[in-house]
Amino acid sequence: MKLDCKHVWEHISEYIDKTIDAELREDIERHLEHCEICSAILDSTRNILVLTADDRTFELPVGYSKRLHERLEKELESSEKDPKKE
Amino acid sequence: MRMTETNEAGLIARILGGEKELFHELIRPYERMVYLTLFSIVRNEADAEDGAQEAMINAYRHLKSFRGDAKFSTWLTTIAINEGRKRLRKAKTAAEESIEEEAEGHEGDYTPAPLTDWREIPLEALERKEIREALRGAVAELPDIYRQVFTLRDLEELNVEETAQALGINANVVKVRLHRARILLQKRLVPFLRTTAPSRRWFFGRA
Repeated sequence: MKLDCKHVWEHISEYIDKTIDAELREDIERHLEHCEICSAILDSTRNILVLTADDRTFELPVGYSKRLHERLEKELESSEKDPKKE
Repeated sequence: MRMTETNEAGLIARILGGEKELFHELIRPYERMVYLTLFSIVRNEADAEDGAQEAMINAYRHLKSFRGDAKFSTWLTTIAINEGRKRLRKAKTAAEESIEEEAEGHEGDYTPAPLTDWREIPLEALERKEIREALRGAVAELPDIYRQVFTLRDLEELNVEETAQALGINANVVKVRLHRARILLQKRLVPFLRTTAPSRRWFFGRA
């Protein structure tokens, strides 16, 4: 089946996640071969996901882990031996 | 590196058996996940950190009720989401709640922004700090329901089923919201990249 651009856009997310059926996937791939606009949209969306998964993009507050474990330690100390009794 | 589920089950059994210090070890792989989950809901660093601590303490106190029918990470995410929602309810006005509900059924424009020059943007551009900032800003501005799904799926890398379970929605809703979130981010970031990507001349000028 010949796809138009709009149809490809509707499936971009599933295409990236590889959750579409093989036939549609092939149709999209054929479309991408000759459509620069859709290829660029796909690349840009993928790059955003790469950037999102990069630990430097969403950083934790400095000292977060230390403070977390200190607070947990207080909780553990004050709790009974068995957490269920809390 | 995440521990295998078997290791976790063993750790949980030992913690419940009295070796409570092992709780530190159990949650260490999930510190980031819990914080980001909280942050996606409360959108404030201090509140997210405090909420993450509360969520971890709650997980410890209720560890006995963890049955192992869900993954520990999903169970912990659910606790984090509940903590975030609790905080939000306290802070939120009724007016804001209704805006959120509107977004749920909103038939917005979820078509991506066309661009022709992305391939000309060198990969190094992705290393630039401003792009990270722009992405953080764009994620923060997503409607709540999209931001939460996006955070769990693309930031914390939970799968569709785990995300659905943690948020209490069905898998198809996860897919629709994720698609819209990604497209909204693409639309937001493309113009940014266009206006801030160094031109070739500038690039060579610096070299």
